[in-house]
Amino acid sequence: MSLVLKNVRKSYKLPDGTRLPILGISSFELQAGEQVALIGSSGGGKTTLLNSIAGITTIDAGSIVVDGIDISKLPEPSRDRFRAQRIGIVFQTFHLLPAFTALENVLLGMSFSGRVNRSRAKELLDRVGLGQRLNHRPPMLSVGEQQRVAVARSLANSPKLMLADEPTASVDQANQTKILDLIRESCRENKISLLLVTHAPEVASAFDRVETLSQFNQPGESA
Amino acid sequence: MNLFQIALKNMRQRGLASWLTMISVALGVSLMVAVLVLHSVLGKQFSQSGSGYSLIIGPEGSPTQLVLATVYRIENSTSNMPWRYYQKWATDRRVELAVPLSFGDSTEQGDFPVIGTTPQYFKLPYARTPEPQPYRVKGDFLKGSWDAVIGSEVARRNEWNADEDINKNGKLDVDEDLNGNGQLDAGSQFQLVHGGQKGEDAHVHKEKFTVKGILQATGTPNDRTVFVHIDGFFMLAGHENPLREAIHSEAQYFHEDEEMLLEKYKPELEAEAREAIAIKLNPNHAAHAVPDLSKEVSAILIVTKGDGLESANNSLSIYTDLGEENAAMAVSPVQVMDKIMRNLVGNIQLAFLCLTGLIVAVSGIGIFVSIYNSMNERRREIAIMRALGAQRRTVSLMILCETLLLCLGGGLLGLLLGHGLMFAAAPILEARSGLLIDPWTYSIWELVVLPIALVLATLSGLIPSITAYRTDVAETLAQ
Repeated sequence: MSLVLKNVRKSYKLPDGTRLPILGISSFELQAGEQVALIGSSGGGKTTLLNSIAGITTIDAGSIVVDGIDISKLPEPSRDRFRAQRIGIVFQTFHLLPAFTALENVLLGMSFSGRVNRSRAKELLDRVGLGQRLNHRPPMLSVGEQQRVAVARSLANSPKLMLADEPTASVDQANQTKILDLIRESCRENKISLLLVTHAPEVASAFDRVETLSQFNQPGESA
Repeated sequence: MNLFQIALKNMRQRGLASWLTMISVALGVSLMVAVLVLHSVLGKQFSQSGSGYSLIIGPEGSPTQLVLATVYRIENSTSNMPWRYYQKWATDRRVELAVPLSFGDSTEQGDFPVIGTTPQYFKLPYARTPEPQPYRVKGDFLKGSWDAVIGSEVARRNEWNADEDINKNGKLDVDEDLNGNGQLDAGSQFQLVHGGQKGEDAHVHKEKFTVKGILQATGTPNDRTVFVHIDGFFMLAGHENPLREAIHSEAQYFHEDEEMLLEKYKPELEAEAREAIAIKLNPNHAAHAVPDLSKEVSAILIVTKGDGLESANNSLSIYTDLGEENAAMAVSPVQVMDKIMRNLVGNIQLAFLCLTGLIVAVSGIGIFVSIYNSMNERRREIAIMRALGAQRRTVSLMILCETLLLCLGGGLLGLLLGHGLMFAAAPILEARSGLLIDPWTYSIWELVVLPIALVLATLSGLIPSITAYRTDVAETLAQ
């Protein structure tokens, strides 16, 4: 099992002191190597869920087990290290560092896991079709190319779980399919579990398993 | 990629701001270096100059003025002492060596101070640290009455040459001294301005001195001084003291009855009267040997007998003896220079150091403002790094690395700039103040720049690094 969520609760404190519940998930599982599309509306808690699974945000209650480790019980530095080593993230707006070249952006992803491998970084960029653009900085790349660098970066540390947050939302129609295929093929090749969040049904339709967040996320109910 | 590489990338990303920040640190540090180098040079000059002798004896007055005139040649003497007084000290049982000095004139070319002295002056070391440093001369020291030895700076600025017709044995050596034209190299000749060019009755003496030797650079005021033989100096028209005045002066210095002295020096007085008539009849009357009675000295350098304690005891004994007199005084040059250094120069330097300290502090605030202002745009980058697995401590150290690189870069640039500044300013300062500055002189205090840069980096990077530490990843990425 690659990902297991049990009785996960998350709420945000409002300025008036009351709490706004965001997540209320009794159970959710993702098999090793499985690819799941998660559909959800804006404000439905998609990003909070991904941040919680990545260990960026802490949950109020429950457990999130990734690759056999309950990250909700880990202290923050351990969660950071765990994220660097075992979780790959692709963001909607790529989040590349503009001062760094394509190669350096991938190397940066490796730096925090302590496993810097220059030849692997080049290989990954070559794999996503950017072998000739290693030394180009993000502003010199097209939107589609930037997202491909982001995909290469997410694969840099050979993660067990890939989290993709609306990865095709910022690219044009022509690139959408290419990016999606790239992510899915890369995960398949490397036996990485993929949880892809989208609000676009046409993106979700490419997946064998599609989940709707509102169906298993009941923030108002006690888990 | 390590933290320094990431920090360097960030600095390059904000190239202009980074350079400006580094330059502001460099300017502060360069000023600090310049002050420290000046402090070091001044300290060296103050401590070394005049350290070759135990005491200076001069007419009663200001000890500081006597030292400034005798050692630094930046003041003139107000009165003189009889030659017989010098002879008294030269034969004193406590004195190893007494060197007479007469000064007040300057060169017509370049207005360099002129000192009339004996060749014995050059037997004194010009400095004592780390060991006694003897004078080295190209040519010869003073031998004839119209000989001159000039400092290296005088030779350079006035483009004067030494007479090379005398070899080390003091004999004519035609083979060595023939120049390209088959002529003997002649030493430069020059005339003196009576009382210095700024003196009230300044006029050029018609007699000429010939440069016989050029001193090797000493890094002391000797480099910009012209030494002439004291006999020639006395023979300059108007330099001999009228006999009646000289007798009055002797009476004062030796506590003798003036009437008795007038009787004693009757033959000299008659000779003076005959000389006056001869000059009246023939204005071109040749220069003559000056009687000792008419000779005056401005100061006497004293080296006391013995080493260590014995020498100190002898100095103290002379000092005490002269303390009871009204006409002359003895001063310890080292003590006076130390006083000048502490009270005047030291305070000015302290003020400069405080000022440069403030400049460096302002530079530090500049770094803080620059980094802190960039934190808004940088917060997103920090959040991305955190999302990729960077720990809070890592991003915090990354900011500190950046301020460290800026401060160290600025510090090193400032060190180079400071010495470059001294390199450019050295000839100007030398021309204006006579202060000889080696731009590559370094002060041990320059090493303080490194810890200062570290402290500055830490202080200026502290708040931005805390901001980085506290960055909320989820919230920042959602913006």
